[in-house]
Amino acid sequence: MSRTIAPAPVRKYVEVGAPCDRAFAFFTARMGRWWRADHSLLAGKARADVVVEPHLGGRWFERAVDGSECDWGKVLEWEPPDRVVLAWQLNADWRYDPDLITELEIRFVALGAARTRVELEHRKLENFGARAEEVRAALDSYNAWQGGLDRFAEIADREA
Amino acid sequence: MANANLALAALADPTRRAVFERLARGPRAVGELAKGLPVSRPAVSQHLAVLKEAGLVKDHADGTRRVYRVDPAGLGAIRAWLDRFWDSSLASFKAELEAEIRAEKQS
Repeated sequence: MSRTIAPAPVRKYVEVGAPCDRAFAFFTARMGRWWRADHSLLAGKARADVVVEPHLGGRWFERAVDGSECDWGKVLEWEPPDRVVLAWQLNADWRYDPDLITELEIRFVALGAARTRVELEHRKLENFGARAEEVRAALDSYNAWQGGLDRFAEIADREA
Repeated sequence: MANANLALAALADPTRRAVFERLARGPRAVGELAKGLPVSRPAVSQHLAVLKEAGLVKDHADGTRRVYRVDPAGLGAIRAWLDRFWDSSLASFKAELEAEIRAEKQS
């Protein structure tokens, strides 16, 4: 007997001092600008950009300066400037797996002319569970990510 | 998220991670786990206790043996990672967007 335990979605939000459409555009069209360089799958190659093709079914991928690409997922729903749903297709080993779909929904809620609440939900995490052994690999990368988390703490402190 | 942090902390120890990796291949009793690891059986038991406390493994009695297995809810570790990952990423998104807007206002 095996029962799957579905983990709760990861839900986050942040408020930004920008209009809704601007926040949406910055999030999707300029991802390479804000996606942390240390969160890369390019295995040591310098990153040129992170691209979300702006249409239903569009690819979501990372591109290195040498032109090589690394798929991350695809666009499942495209409703600018309010909402986008991306398929995060990186498995627990941080490799692209076309058969794996976890959903990342980002909603942009206007709070005023120049203020937006960005709500993020990463769900269907139980789909990682079909490959329970890969949990191991994910945990191995914990140490690799720790440096990035420390840097995040620095940024957060500067902003506070 | 206390539990998730516990899970990550539990796996920061390389021996404990080795124990966990062995369990990831299938359920094992303490004695089997200790074989091939450069630590004593009591030490393995201690590591298992920490892993259990962190919610990463479960155990059950099988006759006189105690058999350990990876807890499927140990997915919590991935979830914990994503939780911090998105905190970090959204902070970066906000910082870069607002920096750009500030720069526009100044020019």
